[in-house]
Amino acid sequence: MRFIDDETRHKILDLLPRYPSKQAVTLPALHMVQDKYRCVPNDAVRDIAELLDLAPAEVLDTMTFYMFFRGEENKLGKTRLWVCRSLACQLRGSDDLTEHLCHKLGVTVGGTSADGKITLETAECIGACEGAPAVLVDDAHEMNVSNEMADKLVARLRA
Amino acid sequence: MADNQLTLLARVDKPGSHTLASYRADGGYRAFEKAIKEMQPTQVIDTVKASGLRGRGGAGFPCGVKWTFLPKDHPGPIYICINADESEPCTFNNRVLMEKDPHQVLEGAMLAAFATRASTVYYYIRYEYGPAYRATQAAIDELYAAGLLGKNILGTNFSLNIYTHRGAGAYICGEETGLIESLEGKRAWPRIKPPFPAIEGAFRKPTIVNNVETLACVTHIIGKGADWFKSMGVPPDPANPRDAGSYGPKLYNLSGHVNKPGTYEIPLGITARRLIDEYGGGVWKERKAKAVVPGGLSMGFMTESELDTPLDFNGPGKVGCLGLGTAAVTVVDDQTSMVDVLYNVCRFYAHESCGQCTPCREGTGWMFKIIDRIRRGEGRLEDLDLLAEVGNRIGIMPGTTICGLADGAGWPVKNAIKKFRPEFEEYIRSGKKGRALQVAAAH
Ligand SMILES: Cc1cc2nc3c(=O)[nH]c(=O)nc-3n(C[C@H](O)[C@H](O)[C@H](O)COP(=O)(O)O)c2cc1C
Ligand code: SF4
Ligand code: FES
Repeated sequence: MRFIDDETRHKILDLLPRYPSKQAVTLPALHMVQDKYRCVPNDAVRDIAELLDLAPAEVLDTMTFYMFFRGEENKLGKTRLWVCRSLACQLRGSDDLTEHLCHKLGVTVGGTSADGKITLETAECIGACEGAPAVLVDDAHEMNVSNEMADKLVARLRA
Repeated sequence: MADNQLTLLARVDKPGSHTLASYRADGGYRAFEKAIKEMQPTQVIDTVKASGLRGRGGAGFPCGVKWTFLPKDHPGPIYICINADESEPCTFNNRVLMEKDPHQVLEGAMLAAFATRASTVYYYIRYEYGPAYRATQAAIDELYAAGLLGKNILGTNFSLNIYTHRGAGAYICGEETGLIESLEGKRAWPRIKPPFPAIEGAFRKPTIVNNVETLACVTHIIGKGADWFKSMGVPPDPANPRDAGSYGPKLYNLSGHVNKPGTYEIPLGITARRLIDEYGGGVWKERKAKAVVPGGLSMGFMTESELDTPLDFNGPGKVGCLGLGTAAVTVVDDQTSMVDVLYNVCRFYAHESCGQCTPCREGTGWMFKIIDRIRRGEGRLEDLDLLAEVGNRIGIMPGTTICGLADGAGWPVKNAIKKFRPEFEEYIRSGKKGRALQVAAAH
């Protein structure tokens, strides 16, 4: 193993009996690595390939299809904050919210605040439309997010 | 609000509704126990068929009929995939069920597995649903601990495993064969059909893909009977020989410019106007609706004068929409520009096309470029016909693509140009410019 630690390696191997093919563990493995290291470096891609009996190019092919995963040159901050930009949220002010957060964090969409705490992204519908505008903090929703609530959220994530 | 008995949402406001103890105290898993101890798999299928249940994931295919497409006497394994990708914009009812009453969905999946002789269920959950995923995983753990999953469940010879599998943020993973490819660890490129998944699905084995809400309905159909289910909804329209009827309760997703957005359980067939006025508290700020999405963006738009359309499987088609879709109703008020709305819609499909079919990849890309140009004040009147033409040419209906994403991308464009043309023309003539975000987007 070039990159992946023992604990993660075991967690990946533990999933193998669930599926009739090793390749099916690709997405879970990519998630485990990115959750922990905030990116999936090339060496981790090669490790995953080795664990799943795949060519590194196969793992990379899957990884890059889902724009969700990031390489080491593009590492995520501690928290990933997604602002939904789809219709229900746009109708209820997500453009204002995105602008507000960009200015507050001093980033453009996709960027990470200088303190490394928050990466700001936009997302297509995150399935919380009854609380538009909605954001996703890593994988959990916050609904009806006003600019003031966004400020509080940012303060909490920076603490 | 209209009086109506809740079934799917009956438990969601109870404290601890997500736990096995609470679910069982309310009679949970009795239908499953009855089925595996007293029923034959074919009886379960026949009951679901008799109920008229149609899939809630968007296509509305009769659920019991789909189950019968599995090969007879197959040696196995047979798989069930629960489709919890729920990415059709403005749709969120699966999330509510999964967070608040995960056992209700799991019981339906277990019944489906028993009926189809499946040995493994893969529960494909979009990554964005963290709390729903954790509630579901905790519920599955409880089931193993209680002996309701695993080998020889409750002393019968029925064995079953359920595994959760998290997605990674791509709309196309909701298309059933895209989901299967994604589950297999590949890019989520939908497959050419036939073969349909029931013949050759996950890991090349017979597979049934069902939506979360569909499976929640199965739980109650086995528990309360097909007649109970059929007592709600709308019988087939005699004028449409292809309509299989719209029975049972439905979780409508209401969002946008309404006073009370939310998930509402109502028998199929309520009109959009009643849904908005009686459940949603009317259009916000005392305004009027300009356009209403009947069932997720892919279904197109209704105008204010079309709001008395019943939201059953057959209704939206009568006013030129693609269908009921996910029953996600989004209200756009009369102060909103349809140019902004269509820009948002086209951006979505250009972003989410998986890129496999040229007409879809290029078509969604060009539709977005054209509406973007119009919105920036640089449009020409001919652009409107061009948009509609692209919209007409991409999809499985015109026969140019592998999956229905492209039909869904074209439909709102065609509807918007047809139903709101004067507004688009006026916008182009006036040289107006839409708002540009004061930030540079990375992608
Ligand atoms: C582009 C596209 C996206 C889809 N997304 C979903 C989805 O997120 N959830 C879902 O249940 N069905 C979705 N579907 C429909 C599925 O292909 C399939 O019909 C459905 O999961 C079958 O389950 P049901 O019969 O219980 O509705 C989508 C279809 C297309 C063409
Ligand atoms: S129609 Fe579009 S989304 Fe569907 S397979 Fe083709 S390119 Fe992919
Ligand atoms: S449109 Fe923003 S959460 Fe659905």
